[in-house]
Amino acid sequence: MNVLAIFKVAGRALFRNKVRSLLTMLGIIIGVAAVIVTVSIGVGAQQSVSAQINGLGSNLLIILPGSVTQGGARTGSGGASTLTPADGLALAKLPHVAAVSPQVNARAQVIANGSNWATSISGVAPSYTFIRTWPLSSGLFFSDTDIAASAKVCVLGQTVVDNLWPDGSSPVGKTLLIRNVPFTIIGVLKARGQSATGQDQDDTVLIPFSSALERLTGGTTIGTLLVSADDTSTIALVQSEVTQLLEQRHRITASQPDDFTVRNLQDIANAASATAAVMEYLLAGVAAVSLVVGGIGIMNIMLVSVTERTREIGLRIAVGARSLTILMQFLIEAVLLSSAGGAIGIALGALGSIGVAVFGGWPMVIPPAAVFVAFAFSALTGIFFGYYPASQAAKMNPIEALRFE
Amino acid sequence: MSTRPPVVRVEKLTKIYTVGEQKVLALDQIDLTLEAGEFVAVMGPSGSGKSTLMHLVGFLDRPTAGTYLFEGTNVNDFSSDDLADLRCQHLGFVFQSYNLLSRTNAIENVELPMIYAGVPEGERKKRALEALDAVGLTAVADHQPNQLSGGQQQRVAIARALVNDPSLILADEPTGALDTKSSDDVMRLFRELNEQRGITVFLVTHEPDVARNAKRIVTFRDGHIVSDEPVGQAVIR
Ligand SMILES: Nc1ncnc2c1ncn2[C@@H]1O[C@H](COP(=O)(O)OP(=O)(O)OP(=O)(O)O)[C@@H](O)[C@H]1O
Ligand SMILES: [Mg+2]
Repeated sequence: MNVLAIFKVAGRALFRNKVRSLLTMLGIIIGVAAVIVTVSIGVGAQQSVSAQINGLGSNLLIILPGSVTQGGARTGSGGASTLTPADGLALAKLPHVAAVSPQVNARAQVIANGSNWATSISGVAPSYTFIRTWPLSSGLFFSDTDIAASAKVCVLGQTVVDNLWPDGSSPVGKTLLIRNVPFTIIGVLKARGQSATGQDQDDTVLIPFSSALERLTGGTTIGTLLVSADDTSTIALVQSEVTQLLEQRHRITASQPDDFTVRNLQDIANAASATAAVMEYLLAGVAAVSLVVGGIGIMNIMLVSVTERTREIGLRIAVGARSLTILMQFLIEAVLLSSAGGAIGIALGALGSIGVAVFGGWPMVIPPAAVFVAFAFSALTGIFFGYYPASQAAKMNPIEALRFE
Repeated sequence: MSTRPPVVRVEKLTKIYTVGEQKVLALDQIDLTLEAGEFVAVMGPSGSGKSTLMHLVGFLDRPTAGTYLFEGTNVNDFSSDDLADLRCQHLGFVFQSYNLLSRTNAIENVELPMIYAGVPEGERKKRALEALDAVGLTAVADHQPNQLSGGQQQRVAIARALVNDPSLILADEPTGALDTKSSDDVMRLFRELNEQRGITVFLVTHEPDVARNAKRIVTFRDGHIVSDEPVGQAVIR
């Protein structure tokens, strides 16, 4: 008799016991669904994190002033005022450096169109839009001439526009008072949404860094230098060159600690993906455990089923079933249960993933490999845990089986 | 006249069961021949070895000693797969307790032996309906066992036994659980199958009325055949 016929016999036997079959599958269903949902959460979260990290800027290095010790108390990173615009100009001349922009931060109350708004003011260079890959939605960005002249011009983030011009009219050409100094609005940045740390990136006003130093902070040192390497592959090289050059410029000897820190976003991204890799091992472990538990459930029920159906098995042997055929029938029953459980689990898992993705606000991603592996493993579980009960059935003595009460 | 070999020929057939230290001699060097087309009833007290002989003749068990020729072929050395195929192609079984699959209708129950014989699905259904017609159950062909009387269930079992067109039907106390009326119906069926289709019937019973349907009666005691006579001459106790 052919395998297809055995499949039909096995399928009919399962169908005869619908409720039990469903309950038997439950372990596998829950296990596989859980695996699919968690893998989907893992991948979705990872993708949105790396999208946000990439969104910070292209091949970005962030240079912060280092901590200094004042009377025994060390300030935190950024506590010292050691970076200057001149450092930025020097760094820009390094090979493989695509762009450099200082960033001078301040918080200020701004007034326009008859209302006011507290926001963060950043003094930056024209290269800022390139470094942060942050285009304008309207107007122009300031130029090197504006930097040289410490011009009173500004570019607004969308949140600032929305709060000062709730009617939606264009602010370009209007005047914004920053600490009562009038700045001409020359452009508006494209809306960007939240940063990786949950801050509203659009709640900002950009002005020339020279104007910020002159009119807001009143100093000569800058808070941050943003450096963009010309390629992903040169980030590490640029990092060491930047470090060397700044040590040289700040006259730091080998025995002294640096008075600045160079942060590489790639490191953060790598750390994030290392975390994701650990998560994946963890998930694989959870998956393995849940499939083993599901498999034991199948074995358990199959053993009960073989005992319960002893007379049926005896009869099948009496009417001419070979023992291999009996083995196949029960093995196929187990595999049908486990792979149907796997398929249902995948479907439920996909539904769950959609729900979680909508809730978490990231793209719904179910890697095809995860689906394939989950299905293959659940089928294998059936073979592995179905074999023992099936061999018990195939070994039965028909006379005793037919007498079984 | 007929050159056909006997359906069953056993010589010095012996079966010893070992239970722990104890040995039970269930069959003691039996010689017996069933010619094609015979209808033989086996009688004898409980424990005399009737069922044991049925099991050996039906390839469900192997003898401790002796030879078994089935349709002229020595099957002593057949593998269990070969024996399964013989059961499938040449034998039909009827049991005292019917042994129908529950939650499975009469047609599908009758189809069961054909599945293992590799009969294609469409033909299976057709032949199952024919067999059910032969036992007079066309009207309840789609009923499940729990919707049938004992007599009807046993007739479904007979339909199942004859559906692969066997040369031998083995029935161990087929009327043991039936009332007189159903018992008569079932025995009439066996006679019909024997007379009209020429199927050899080998049947165990405790009831003289049932045994009288056969043409020959073999009586057992303590693993021996104590009498073997045509039904007219047999002294039925
Ligand atoms: N599987 C077995 N293991 C051990 N002894 C057995 C086994 N089967 C049968 N016997 C013994 O063999 C002997 C013959 O048994 P068998 O079942 O053939 O009797 P029987 O004639 O069919 O009896 P009954 O009319 O009660 O059905 C008995 O003594 C029985 O106890
Ligand atoms: Mg018996």
